[in-house]
Amino acid sequence: RGDPYFHEISSISRMTMSPSRQNNFVSMHSLPLSKSSYNVISAFCTEDNIPQCISYINQEIASLGLSSSCIKASSAGGASLDTVSALNIMYELLQVHWRSQGSLGELEREQLKNSSTLDHLQISNSRLKDQLELSKREKSGLHEAERQLQLKIKTLQRCLKTEKDEVQKLQSIIASRASQYNHDAKRKERECAKLKERLSQLLVDKKDKKLAIDVLNYLGRPDGKRIQWRTAKMATSHEGDMYKSLLSDYEARQRSLMLENAELKKVLQQMKREMMYILSPHKPCARGAQADDSNEQAGSDGEEKAGDPSRETLDQSCEHAREQLTNSIRQQWRRLKNHMERLDSQASLVQNQLESGKEVVPREIHEEEMERMRLEVQQCKDFIHTQQQLLQQHLNSSFDDETAALLNDCYTLEDKERLKEEWKLFEEQKRNFERERKNFTEAAIRLGREKKAFEEDRASWLKNQFLNMTPFVDRKRRSLSDCQSALSISNEPEMRVSPTKAELTKSSTYATISTPKCAQNAVVPSTTELYRTLRLIPDNGETRAKSKHRVRCGDLSIFSLGEDENSLNFRQSSAIVVDSTLQTT
Amino acid sequence: MNFSEVFKQSNQLCRVSPDGKYLATCVQYRLVVRDINTLQILHLYTCLDQIVHMEWSSDSLFILCAMYKRGLVQVWSLEQPDWHCKIDEGSIGLVSSRWSPDGRHILNTTEFHLRVTVWSLCTKAVSYIKYPKACQKGIDFSRDGCYMALAERRDCKDYVSVFVCDDWHLLRHFETETQDLAGLEWSPNGCVLAVWDSCLEYKVLLYSLDGRLLSTYSAYEWSLGVKALTWSPSSQFLAIGSYDEKVRILNHITWKKITEFEHPATINSPKAVVYKEVERKPVVANDDLSLHNITMSSTVFNTQSKYEICPPPVQFPVVKPDPDRANPKIGVSTLAFSSDSRYLATKNDSIASVVWVWDMQRMSLEAVLEQTSAVRCFQWDPRRPRLALCTGNTKLYLWSPTGCVSVQVPAEGGFQVQSLSWHSSGDSLMLLGKEQLCLCYMDTDQEDK
Repeated sequence: RGDPYFHEISSISRMTMSPSRQNNFVSMHSLPLSKSSYNVISAFCTEDNIPQCISYINQEIASLGLSSSCIKASSAGGASLDTVSALNIMYELLQVHWRSQGSLGELEREQLKNSSTLDHLQISNSRLKDQLELSKREKSGLHEAERQLQLKIKTLQRCLKTEKDEVQKLQSIIASRASQYNHDAKRKERECAKLKERLSQLLVDKKDKKLAIDVLNYLGRPDGKRIQWRTAKMATSHEGDMYKSLLSDYEARQRSLMLENAELKKVLQQMKREMMYILSPHKPCARGAQADDSNEQAGSDGEEKAGDPSRETLDQSCEHAREQLTNSIRQQWRRLKNHMERLDSQASLVQNQLESGKEVVPREIHEEEMERMRLEVQQCKDFIHTQQQLLQQHLNSSFDDETAALLNDCYTLEDKERLKEEWKLFEEQKRNFERERKNFTEAAIRLGREKKAFEEDRASWLKNQFLNMTPFVDRKRRSLSDCQSALSISNEPEMRVSPTKAELTKSSTYATISTPKCAQNAVVPSTTELYRTLRLIPDNGETRAKSKHRVRCGDLSIFSLGEDENSLNFRQSSAIVVDSTLQTT
Repeated sequence: MNFSEVFKQSNQLCRVSPDGKYLATCVQYRLVVRDINTLQILHLYTCLDQIVHMEWSSDSLFILCAMYKRGLVQVWSLEQPDWHCKIDEGSIGLVSSRWSPDGRHILNTTEFHLRVTVWSLCTKAVSYIKYPKACQKGIDFSRDGCYMALAERRDCKDYVSVFVCDDWHLLRHFETETQDLAGLEWSPNGCVLAVWDSCLEYKVLLYSLDGRLLSTYSAYEWSLGVKALTWSPSSQFLAIGSYDEKVRILNHITWKKITEFEHPATINSPKAVVYKEVERKPVVANDDLSLHNITMSSTVFNTQSKYEICPPPVQFPVVKPDPDRANPKIGVSTLAFSSDSRYLATKNDSIASVVWVWDMQRMSLEAVLEQTSAVRCFQWDPRRPRLALCTGNTKLYLWSPTGCVSVQVPAEGGFQVQSLSWHSSGDSLMLLGKEQLCLCYMDTDQEDK
């Protein structure tokens, strides 16, 4: 792939070196070129075979389809050629050669590009292949890992199973052991009990002498009573006592529960009354008639109950009354809940409104504050800017030329920016002028039409005159001269413009140079002043440009625009030069 | 706060009479009875052997002294110093002796729990109750002294016998639904009997006086269960401490759980006040350690301590119980209601240096007292919500809803408080050392303030 390319390059370099390059461009086209071919070509034409050569070349040229004109011998059989045709052909051949050269170069470039893309593709291909390989390897690795994990899981599952079995086995062992233990324990306990029995029996039988109580004199019972004989009556009395104590305990418990209940009931009653009191004044305004009715009913019920406290206390134990009370309380409670919910929603609404109202005020304040801050920031920026300027000025006044020039660079940047702005303005104006020019051309066209009409009129009038054949020939002549003057008006403005324009351009350039010169006279001009002056220049320039364009709007062209740009640039650069001179002074 | 001088005692046998007038102490084989106010010796009795157990009769007229090794019980009268009574259980042996509530009978439990012998001091009559069960708390008298509940074991089954203490008439005898009954306790009003199973099973049974099963409560299965159980003085609550480091409170109407109190090693809630005892070694100059000062050991070796309130979270030191040993040191083993049933004090054995005080009205943790060493004993003031505790060092600690205080016992020779008990009036406190005792008088005026 690379070899022919290199060959080409070598051949081209050789071509450029060879002095007879233009003569053998045809053969050069056919590649590769070698020394031997050159030798052949050099021996191509001799004194003897000129006509053959010419004819051969003609044929070749015709086959190339270059031109109709062929090389002709100036004299038949003569050695000299017709120079013009030969040169023409040569020129054409050269053209062909360059074209082909160009296309060749293009093709080469194309080929290069293609080869590079091919390379790129190959590289990417190989890379992708690598990636594929890698991912394949990864995949296989993962497969392997998965397989291993699967194996592990299997082994673990097996382990789990065995463990479970083990657990089951152990559990059964434990259970069996527990039962065995229980059995043994019971057996032992029984044995123990038997032993104890036996022991106590033995002790009783032995009539343990030591087992005794030695009391000086017997004590009376603490309650002073005598000891009673154990009788059935005693047993029943004990039972009775037991039940009595149990009963008293239950009674006490019931009493406490009753008290608690009464307390709770009282609380409920109070709650109900208060609920009613709370709800009743709000009902008419907040609720419909239906709800009112039910409320009234419930209220009357409650009032009845409240009005008869004695009955109430009687009712306390009554199941029915209790149910009624709880029901009414439940009703009231539901109503209260609804009411509360409604109130809650209202409250939340009001709160939302309040919140929104609250939010407005701070926003305004915020905005004010923001505005104030912004102003402050602006002021600070301005202050910093002026300070910087002053510092720069101070520094510049003490610096040498080089640093000053360096610093000026930044000014030129600023100036460029400003120029861009100006350029925009200028473009706008240009558009305006274009419009004006259009108007002007339209006016000219109209004028032409009028002129035509006038001519027609005049022709008709002349015709009439001629037909009338009046003796007033001089009057006709005068009218003709008038007509001519009217025609000349259209040409005159242009004639007048050119000198003024020249003058104006001259004056503008002078002005740009002169204004800084005036400033130069000042002892220490401040940078701000300088800026102001610099800013003045484009303003003036603009106005001048305007006037200039107004003058030459008739023949506004792209060329003139370019001129304007140049002039502007010139003005700018001159200003900069002035600036630098100022700083040096 | 004032302290009496130090008296000798042995086996920590010091009891104040139920009427609060006398103080009986045992020194080896002698019984000394003093006036509680003057601390003058009123009577001195000499027993036949070293006294192992001593108990006042309910009417404060008699004192029982038991010598278990010899199988002997001697009874002394305060009114008649010449009067004497000696009960010999003979070769059958003796493991426990106690007064009956009327103060005229003595119940002796023989070795191997063969039987309970009831000796009457009025008639010389002897009664036997067979098959008493050897367990945590096999006998309990109702608060009014009318009834006695006795756990029995027959044919590998648990039974409860309820006796009328008056004439030892068997009122009720019923089988309980327990695997291995561990204890029984009457409610303070004497109408409900709580019976709990051994620690292998969490089971609490509640029986009415007439033997009806009122309710059964079981919090969980398969784990070690009930460790301790206490009724509130109002009989309203039943607090059950268990091996899962929780206390469950049952109510007296439905016998269902109201709440449970956990005893975690860290406290994050800011609601409970955590008092932490902070010890501060007194700065001792070098010359103080000269020979003549060694006798003043109490001042040199004793450290001062005070309580600091710790902001949550607070971490307590936990001792991991040895799983291979029986009766692991974990779970709530000690529970005590204050006299007004307002507070409950508990101790978790795995965090032995901490006492938890719970508010029974709000059903929440009120205060936590973290001591520098393991708590040996705590007891509520019988009159006020005031908790006294000791940790086996020279200090006495008091908690009340208003705060917490540690008091150095000013006795000489390093009086280490092993145990304490309140006087029934709540004005004084008896502190027991290893072989000494000391009375601590509360400053009532200050208390009023």
